[in-house]
Amino acid sequence: FFFPLVKKNSLEPNPPLFTLILMEKLDSLNIVSLKIAFFRNITTTLSEEFLYIVSIYKAEFRQEILKWNGWGYNDSKFIFNKKGQAEFTGKRYRLSGMVLPVLKEWMEKSLGASLEHKITSRAFLNTSDVPPSIVNEEFLQDLRATKISYSQEAEDRVFRAHGHCLHEIFVLREGMFKRIPDIVVWPGCHDDVVKIVELACKHNLCIIPFGGGTSVSSALECPADERRTIVSLDTSQMNRILWIDEKNLTAHIEAGIIGQDLERQLGESGYCTGHEPDSMEFSSLGGWVATRASGMKKNIYGNIEDLVVHIKMVTPRGVIEKSCQVPRMSTGPDIHHFIMGSEGTLGVVTEVTIKIRPIPEYQKYGSVVFPNFDRGVACLREIAKQRCAPASIRLVDNAQFQFGHALKPQVASIFTSFLDGLKKFYITKFKGFDPNELCVATLLFEGDREKVLQHEKQVYDIAAKFGGLAAGEDNGQRGYMLTFVIAYLRDLGLDYYVIGESFETSVPWDRVIDLCRNVKERIVRECKEKGVQFAPFSTCRVTQTYDAGACVYFYFAFNYRGISDPIHVYEQIETAAREEILANGGSLSHHHGVGKLRKQWMKESISDVGLGMLKSVKEYVDPNNIFGNRNLL
Amino acid sequence: MKCYTPVIYKGLSACKPSAIKNSVLQSEQVQYVIKQLSKEMGESTDIIQEEAIEILDEMGHNLHIGAIRFFAFSLSKIFKRIFQRVCVNEEGIQKLQQAIQEHPVVLLPSHRSYIDFLMLSYLLYTHDLALPVIAAGMDFLGMKIVGELLRRSGAFFMRRTFGGNRLYWAVFAEYVKTMLRNGYAPIEFFLEGTRSRTAKTLTPKFGLLSIVMEPFFKREVFDTYLVPISISYERILEESLYAYELLGVPKPKESTSGLLKARKILSDNFGSIHVYFGQPVSLRTLASGRINRCPYNLVPRHLPQRLSEEIQEFVTDVAYKMELLQIENMVLSPWVLIASVLLQNLPAIDFELLVEKTLWLKGLTQAFGGFLEWPDNLCANKAVTSSLALHSNIVSLVNGQVVLNDVGMEDGATEELVFKQALSILMCGAYRNQLLNVFVRPSLVAVALQMTQSFRKEEIYSCFNFLRDIFSDEFIFFPGIALKDFEEGCFLLTKCDVIQVTPQEILVTERGNSVAVFLAALFRPFMEGYQIISRYLSKETKEAFTEKQFILGIRNFAFQLLEIGSTQCYEVLSSDLQKNALATFVRLDVVKKMKTTNGFTYTINKEALSKTAEMFDSQIPIRKLVTARL
Repeated sequence: FFFPLVKKNSLEPNPPLFTLILMEKLDSLNIVSLKIAFFRNITTTLSEEFLYIVSIYKAEFRQEILKWNGWGYNDSKFIFNKKGQAEFTGKRYRLSGMVLPVLKEWMEKSLGASLEHKITSRAFLNTSDVPPSIVNEEFLQDLRATKISYSQEAEDRVFRAHGHCLHEIFVLREGMFKRIPDIVVWPGCHDDVVKIVELACKHNLCIIPFGGGTSVSSALECPADERRTIVSLDTSQMNRILWIDEKNLTAHIEAGIIGQDLERQLGESGYCTGHEPDSMEFSSLGGWVATRASGMKKNIYGNIEDLVVHIKMVTPRGVIEKSCQVPRMSTGPDIHHFIMGSEGTLGVVTEVTIKIRPIPEYQKYGSVVFPNFDRGVACLREIAKQRCAPASIRLVDNAQFQFGHALKPQVASIFTSFLDGLKKFYITKFKGFDPNELCVATLLFEGDREKVLQHEKQVYDIAAKFGGLAAGEDNGQRGYMLTFVIAYLRDLGLDYYVIGESFETSVPWDRVIDLCRNVKERIVRECKEKGVQFAPFSTCRVTQTYDAGACVYFYFAFNYRGISDPIHVYEQIETAAREEILANGGSLSHHHGVGKLRKQWMKESISDVGLGMLKSVKEYVDPNNIFGNRNLL
Repeated sequence: MKCYTPVIYKGLSACKPSAIKNSVLQSEQVQYVIKQLSKEMGESTDIIQEEAIEILDEMGHNLHIGAIRFFAFSLSKIFKRIFQRVCVNEEGIQKLQQAIQEHPVVLLPSHRSYIDFLMLSYLLYTHDLALPVIAAGMDFLGMKIVGELLRRSGAFFMRRTFGGNRLYWAVFAEYVKTMLRNGYAPIEFFLEGTRSRTAKTLTPKFGLLSIVMEPFFKREVFDTYLVPISISYERILEESLYAYELLGVPKPKESTSGLLKARKILSDNFGSIHVYFGQPVSLRTLASGRINRCPYNLVPRHLPQRLSEEIQEFVTDVAYKMELLQIENMVLSPWVLIASVLLQNLPAIDFELLVEKTLWLKGLTQAFGGFLEWPDNLCANKAVTSSLALHSNIVSLVNGQVVLNDVGMEDGATEELVFKQALSILMCGAYRNQLLNVFVRPSLVAVALQMTQSFRKEEIYSCFNFLRDIFSDEFIFFPGIALKDFEEGCFLLTKCDVIQVTPQEILVTERGNSVAVFLAALFRPFMEGYQIISRYLSKETKEAFTEKQFILGIRNFAFQLLEIGSTQCYEVLSSDLQKNALATFVRLDVVKKMKTTNGFTYTINKEALSKTAEMFDSQIPIRKLVTARL
């Protein structure tokens, strides 16, 4: 099928480095052009890595290394090995290939899960279940004339019919969507998008833009009653960095690029954007813009709205962009703010100019243990007040702290386990911290070495005033690593009757503690009322600090054995939790967006007039509702 | 010594009363008000802070386990001496124990006697439950040693009126809320605000209730449990005191020596007490879907905020709901039935007839859902006899006739006779009133039937509605559900076969006539009382009068009527009834209430008055009911 030619690239300084030349591949009717790929650390066996490499550059293949019915890469998942111990497979993450001896016990204890009660997903997509592709022949002819790649294959269409909400994954494992895109198109550049949108207007089709597919707001779900042909516009081929402007520290990039590729490619020139949402392995630049994304290191680099200098978007009315690339302008309301957070309802973001920064010289992780959550929050508030927050600072509550321990890999030596014991003894016995109360803040410092060390001292000094004890780099680093693997854990849970999800909000400082407590309590109470047999796992962390408040992130999971309609129950509980957030003065969303999942609260959130304003913009830009994913409004 | 280890609220961080006082003082809320006042009055914050400290010291509780032990010890001695038995519903205690661990708890007992909170604390102590902190009136503080003892056993004190004093309000509210938020101890206060002298449940006060609800509105706590508690006395300790008070003999100020004088009580028998702990009601459940969260999200939580209309309405509803729950669980003793029968058969009733009628009323009460404690092991004769014995200060059995004690005293001026008679009747009435809480809906239907002399449902309902409105200060009606109350009344009457309801008409059955007459007669004192008062008002010539003048005037007017025997309605002498009537007339715009420099004055709207008086005058005297021709 493939003819990979592997040749050493003499131009690149760092061996081992290879140039991969992928020759033509006949893929149904489409001819894929020749691509040259650079990749580090390639091993002798090529099969999987090969696919991976290819996928980075040829995202049409991307879906082949990603799970079709779960999160992330095919090769990376949690399993229980023959000894009944949990293990994380693959080679991609620090945790990969490691045995996690206490995870099983944690699952049994905290969720009531048991290895005997297993429920597996079906192994393959049954293409005969998939709704047929209905595309009008005239459109196909026009499309072929543009030479833009497209597909009507069932797998391709199903892959782009969903995000990663629990109910969507559940459907993939056990059912089928009522409505999925009829056709997938892969525009290669801005002009291709213009052509596709023109065709859609001409033939009255519905376009749903698709970036990385990591939405958790039902934003990608096709409206079940959409009668028109639904075109999934996959931006993944628009993934080039078009130019880098070192004088102004900006880069002009096609919006389909995936976060990790963007950072790696900029890295080759010594730059970064510093925008690192937890989904950055899979999510796209265009997606960030369309949802008002937030990155882990926003304290240094800012959120997406702070990073973006220029946006080009194709709408049914035409292309919208500003005439210059300036840091700020006073020309009426900022039109970028109609685009950011529009969630694919107005058009397709094709190109973005974004700020870049030189890669920091030095990075250091850190962590602080607090006697309880209240003290931790007070400390974060003080750090925010003094405006000395490190690149990232997060505070996890006790349940999540304990959960983090459940994901500790097997300890290599007696010495380490002895050290761990000693640490525990020091903190709980000597310092008198209650192991069921204490919580941990993880820190990430960035910058030049000297300043980082200075900054670190400042932060630890503040922490000490709130009873915080420095708890080492390792704990900090593990905390951030967990963020990336935790999404994989849901797939393991699903195999053992455990369903779960995360959600987030932003809230003024004075209400953080009350909101966290009340929402967790509400979840527990709702579970009880809805007949959930086991106590749920309900935990939160403060993930971002601002001058006027914080972002809070919740995890929630429960064991649904004995419930006939777990997804319905789950949704009711999530709705109740959101009601609780709103009643506690929290926002509808900090960075996940509204999608279709949270539409019901939009009016309450932004007032009638506010909603009317957004509607009138939609009405002008897209009167025929070509971008008909029905998010937001 | 008993080991006292109560279960506590799960979120409780242990702290001393002094620490609480300090955190109240330093709280943003109090500091904000201090700063505001300092800005307005030009006084330094330190001086106002001092004032706040004084307020806190005057008010603060000081829980000492030693004091509690002492109290428990002496109370158990006293209680054992004067009460036959104290009955508590155990499952209520268990639910309360559960509730205390889950969320902050507010105890809302009914208020009939000083014994109420002593008894409650004592019971909680003996059941190993957390002792409540009690919002008690300042008058207790006057009692030297006892005041301090009360304070040490968890009472904190509030001034009776402090609406105008912002600092006091801020400190007090924050003090209560701090204790609630910390889950320091259950908070206890009386919705009725003061002891009900008439044994009718008083209309609720909302101030304290809205304070304890606020932490939930602001989501400072996840939930708050409200626990209605009904304390029923077979014989109320203060019964004669209340009757004197109602007749205008001022109540003695609480003092320790007064308490000592009360020692003679110790040799008396006060029957049994029933304490019923109602199901804890979750405030969150009550509020679900009712509260718009926006107002609380848009203002910093420490700023004093005027309650929105929506919230005020909600607080009102909750208060009424809690009082209705109290009423539901009030235990009625046989004496309550006897008193009701007796009052309709003055001056004397044959003992056998009394027993027979009491038994009949027992059946009716049970049918109406009254919570009756009847000694089933005794025959009816004995049950009545023992009740009469317990209340021998009010009634006695003379030659097979049951009479009020003061009847037959021939000597003395007529005025004194009237007074004595009134005293007995009011004392008796206080027991009958306990029945009214249960009977009010069907009875008002019966009264409406009598007044309208009609079968037409619409007409009867509109009359019922009028009565319900008139008496809404007198009895507890949930706001805004007149139709539901009417239907409930009709339902109960239908159930007892008193009336038949068709879509258009309400017909009294032949058999039901006597019941309907009895039910209407039950409320006759109130009907007549209001009638006399409206007659008095139409004769009143003064331009404006104060409440005091009004009460004095009515009293003289009523005394005259009673002396010449043109009315038998002794209960119009009750200042409680008089005040309620005045409030009603103000509500109906018959009387206008105006604020002046020294209190309130009232003026009469003659036109409106004559209309209302007509309503009463024209229709009351008819005693016979139109019965259905079936």
